[in-house]
Amino acid sequence: MSHLAQYEEVTAKSYEEVCMEFDWSIAEHELDYKRGEPINIGWMCSDRICCLGMADKVALYWEDYRGNKQRFTFDDVRVLSNTFAQFLCDLGIQPGERVCLFMDRVPELYIGFLGILKTGAVAQPLFSAFGDESLLVRLQNAETSAIITQKKHVHKARKVREQLPGLRHIILVDADRTQVPPREVAFHMESAPRVEDFPVYPTTAESPSVLHYTSGTTGQPKGAQHVHYSVVSQYLTAKWVLDLRPDDIYWCNADPGWVTGTSYGIIGPWSNGTTQVVLDSGFNAERWYDFLEKRRVSVWYSAPTAIRLLMKEGTEIVRRHDLSSLRYLASVGEPLNAEAVLWSQEAFGKPFHDTFWQTETGCIVITNFPGMKVKPGSMGRPFPGIAATVLDTKTYEPITKTGAAGLIALRPGWPSQIRGYWKNDVGFKAKFKNGWYLCGDRASIDSDGYFWFMGRDDDVINTGGHLVGPFEIESALLEHPAVSESAAVAKPDSVNMEVVKAFVTLKRGYQPSDDLELEIMNHIRKRLSPLAMPQEIEFVDSLPKTRSGKIVRRVLRCKEFNEPVGDLSTIMDD
Amino acid sequence: MDDITKVVRDYVIREYLEEGDDREITETTRLITGGIVDSFSMVSLKRFLEKKYTIRIPDADATPDAFDTVQSIVGLVQRFQKTAPVGA
Repeated sequence: MSHLAQYEEVTAKSYEEVCMEFDWSIAEHELDYKRGEPINIGWMCSDRICCLGMADKVALYWEDYRGNKQRFTFDDVRVLSNTFAQFLCDLGIQPGERVCLFMDRVPELYIGFLGILKTGAVAQPLFSAFGDESLLVRLQNAETSAIITQKKHVHKARKVREQLPGLRHIILVDADRTQVPPREVAFHMESAPRVEDFPVYPTTAESPSVLHYTSGTTGQPKGAQHVHYSVVSQYLTAKWVLDLRPDDIYWCNADPGWVTGTSYGIIGPWSNGTTQVVLDSGFNAERWYDFLEKRRVSVWYSAPTAIRLLMKEGTEIVRRHDLSSLRYLASVGEPLNAEAVLWSQEAFGKPFHDTFWQTETGCIVITNFPGMKVKPGSMGRPFPGIAATVLDTKTYEPITKTGAAGLIALRPGWPSQIRGYWKNDVGFKAKFKNGWYLCGDRASIDSDGYFWFMGRDDDVINTGGHLVGPFEIESALLEHPAVSESAAVAKPDSVNMEVVKAFVTLKRGYQPSDDLELEIMNHIRKRLSPLAMPQEIEFVDSLPKTRSGKIVRRVLRCKEFNEPVGDLSTIMDD
Repeated sequence: MDDITKVVRDYVIREYLEEGDDREITETTRLITGGIVDSFSMVSLKRFLEKKYTIRIPDADATPDAFDTVQSIVGLVQRFQKTAPVGA
């Protein structure tokens, strides 16, 4: 069944057969991994590919917005990740320590990720647009030992360093050795002495590999802890769902500061020996189409927000480019609306295939397979080996009625499932009910077994495919001198699906104004990130609260979505 | 450098360029493509322009392309300055 991806049409029967016969040992066998033996993602994605005779194959074509270009073979990736690993070992980094990657999409990010894993340390990638407060809470929680960054982002690390006693090293990848201040160190990947042989740390299946932070409704972001065995899922789903084949040129739009950018922007393609391309540039339709054309991209993994931005530019611009190399399109981050699927059919002659998964799952879990009939707007069906259902919101029992809404739930046990939240057992245990893992989303299942997304089951805001926690925003809002109370909720948006809207009451002496609104917006953008910045702030006299004084975001959110608020009996009257 | 160009350029440098980012911002520096301003931050830049010049920029015109350089932003502001001011 390893040819599932190449079926012209996967019939319902063949899908059932695949599921019946499926075992993750298929991937273990293809990766030549035997249970109990060491397994290291850094080695799997570089040395192993070279051993398979692909040392000279291009692993990465990189380009930035200025047109600077770089090219790395798998042997380059092997040697340079060794070089990275040796440098970290020489600094005294020990297996299990957390090393943060805080960079734009530069080659050092991709190769350094493998280098960290080769030492046995844990890679902690963070989105480089995070502000100092977002950086601080994540480094504090992870007790991070080192941060690898660039000159343009280092000021944020310097700002919070004194509050991070465990942070021993700030490493700059683009600084001149002579310009680096005390307590910081320069590492120039390509001019450092190349390390041909590095003793890769013998991590095992359950050794921690990657720590990705994700937001919840309450409290600060949680560190989702992955293990080296996750490569088994990431390898196979990249092969079967993204349909990666030996001659493909693959482009994943995601930033490795988020899980898609590591699972399918590094581990998935490189464990398959696939050539990938990276464009370190903000969104620009012309630039993107040029890149697709010039790089002859055949498999493109994008996101609904990007697709909707491209839709705005129309199909004429598409016709001006030769995109005949495109063979397969997939999307992730938030539900792909039917219009976007139909538009891609018109624009590219093929649909985007929606994939559903999250930081905690580590790999695609519900999806539209290549060849499978796409129902525009549907999430697709569970990947073989993933038992998925929807649960009743009260009993947490699977719903058997076709089309009824429930909580998306997965039976635990697939290889890339997180093993816990970093130092947060309570939060992790709360994700399970009746033996099911709860994704935090609602959906229904139709008579053909296709899942249909309905929305989040909590107050987390999904903006442009990224989850933003209201608590973090509200905490930062309260740091502004004018803000007395605050609530952050989702507001519908035609491009990003949702954006952040904040409701704010002001302290005595402050008056609502456009100036104040802009000041607060910029305060959040700099402290947290542009994603967390409220796109609108509504100044109100009071916020809806329970009798115990807890702010009820549900009331505000429902108002934004024009949905019925439901039971208001617990809301305090003013 | 005319007044709008200076105001926009200064605001971009002050609000969006990170400390230590030594890139020079000229009238043609790529702001969106270059990752200095992203599509989310564009909203706060739009708010600033609307407030500063008492104009309304419709969402349909606030495209990544229109916000990609100081020059294109100035063009956008001038275009909407010609229309009736807000509240007029």
